[in-house]
Amino acid sequence: MADIPDDLHYSKDHEWIRVEGDTGTVGITDHAQNQLGDIVYVELPRVGDSLEAGGVFGQVESVKAANDLYSPVSGEVTELNETLNDDPEQVNKDPYGAAWMLRLRLKDAGEVDKLMNAAEYEDYTKKITE
Amino acid sequence: MITKATTHITQNEALIFERSQPGRKGYMLPALDVDETPMDELLPAAFRRSDDLEGVPEVSEVDVVRHFTRISTWNYNIDLGMYPLGSCTMKYNSRLNERVARIKGFANLHPLASEEDSQGALQLLYELQQHLSEITGLAAVSLQPAAGAHGEMTGVMIIRAFLDARDGVGEGDRPRRHVMLIPDSAHGTNPASAHLSGFTVKTVRSTPEGQTDLDALRELCAAGDVAGLMLTNPNTVGLFERNIREICRIVHDAGGLVYMDGANMNALVGWARPGDMGVDVIHLNLHKTFSTPHGGGGPGSGPCCCTKELEPYLPVPRVVRAGEDRYKLDFDYPKTIGRVKAFYGNFGMAVRALSYIETHGADGLREATEAAVLNARVIAHGLAGDYHKPFDDPPMHEVVFTDKRQARKGVHTLDIAKRLIDYGFHPMTIYFPLIVQGAMLIEPTESVGRQEIQQFIEAMRAIAREAEETPDLVTNAPHTTRIGRLDEAAAARKPVLRWRPEEKAAVA
Repeated sequence: MADIPDDLHYSKDHEWIRVEGDTGTVGITDHAQNQLGDIVYVELPRVGDSLEAGGVFGQVESVKAANDLYSPVSGEVTELNETLNDDPEQVNKDPYGAAWMLRLRLKDAGEVDKLMNAAEYEDYTKKITE
Repeated sequence: MITKATTHITQNEALIFERSQPGRKGYMLPALDVDETPMDELLPAAFRRSDDLEGVPEVSEVDVVRHFTRISTWNYNIDLGMYPLGSCTMKYNSRLNERVARIKGFANLHPLASEEDSQGALQLLYELQQHLSEITGLAAVSLQPAAGAHGEMTGVMIIRAFLDARDGVGEGDRPRRHVMLIPDSAHGTNPASAHLSGFTVKTVRSTPEGQTDLDALRELCAAGDVAGLMLTNPNTVGLFERNIREICRIVHDAGGLVYMDGANMNALVGWARPGDMGVDVIHLNLHKTFSTPHGGGGPGSGPCCCTKELEPYLPVPRVVRAGEDRYKLDFDYPKTIGRVKAFYGNFGMAVRALSYIETHGADGLREATEAAVLNARVIAHGLAGDYHKPFDDPPMHEVVFTDKRQARKGVHTLDIAKRLIDYGFHPMTIYFPLIVQGAMLIEPTESVGRQEIQQFIEAMRAIAREAEETPDLVTNAPHTTRIGRLDEAAAARKPVLRWRPEEKAAVA
């Protein structure tokens, strides 16, 4: 069973966001890394880029395929996890911790309410893997 | 004890670097019969290597020939057996086509020879254009693009040029209608071509039945900014887009054009024509549908075919008829997107494709299409009891299965593909299309007979049984190859891209 922490919000594209004040930390879920397989490359945007909710912010490449990464909310990128350049396998090992991808300044906190909570995301992943 | 002089070809082969013997070489030069010029006068020392070619293997001619001949026997290839890579149409490349391509007049013709001296070659290009026009139901053809994605890019550039002429160019050199719609099942090259031509890509979702979602398409088209749609038909899950005419109508009514990715034309040739469906522009892959070599450097060939309306934008030079039995290169198309390839495309591929078309004739091409679809359906039927088939519709030339049933035992698509190698087959395409989780896309083509299809089905059934009873056997496959399962993740994360002398000991 995939690991789904209670304190995060989840998008239908399998990204999570942790909200602290007006800052959001974004990564991909355990379910997503599990489906992708061994991650070999993560491409991230630049600090200062503005992201739109549902817009592409980067790419994650596994031995199977390259997939787009979608921002769960709108905002301006303030920080990137550069360690993923050298150690993309962190996404497989610790998707909610060491493998956070970027931090952004939230543009509209209301967008967070449109995301799923842990229980809803669990139902959602169950439905699509049936 | 036996000491072997060389390793047998069933065993692993040392790298050419490891065969190096100091001072050994593969050439002998005659004595110099002119005055020697000091090297410094020819090339200053600053621009020369000073390490005496350190690390470059020192080998003789026979060393080189034996080394590469040995490795060449390790390749699985289309002349060895079935190559069921979905979406790739790995059909047999007939010896006749190769023979025709080696006719001296074609093989030795200089690309800058005069029109007068190139009439045969020009006629060949013209006749191939006519055939491809008839097969696609589209008025005009350029044979220039060198491969599928190149033909696709050419098609999108033509759409862009047409729209810029019709609507004017938008702000910042962007197209005024800037949205290119692409289904979520598309080949990855489609969004790349659209993006390179200045379009913004929006995704059209597929229905659970594997068809383009018409409501989603209508909704996207209603925004008024749609430049076009890039559609593959049959699509990448191997299904014919039944609503293709309605799809084209919706896009046209919204002011956009329809580009068709012709990767899957092997399911349609002789039976259905994209032009009749409402498609405006398409690329073909001669190296798929028309049996020219695919892989191994090809080279490929991706002709672009379009409607009369788009013809003025095709690349130049165009090969046209200039009177009875006379052909010429025509550069006089002021609206052209320009040249997309040196000379006239990969000419040798045009020779092979025309040979394929002429030797089959209309009936033969229809029959090839029938056989390609029938073979895929035999596999679809033969494996439906053992593997999860995500779409109910009968497939066209390729069929997609998933690892859903086997995954319960911890056996995944990659494992099944690797195990197939032990049964003597090249694996199918895996993990594509992306919309199908754990996809296995199988395309037998018309080049395999009943017996081989049956062997393939039996191999896949045997693997399904193994997944149930002895899953470790499958997850550790292959077992019968020179080397076992490779660590693909490590290879991608920490690639070793060049041999270094000092690393020899560490690797060994």
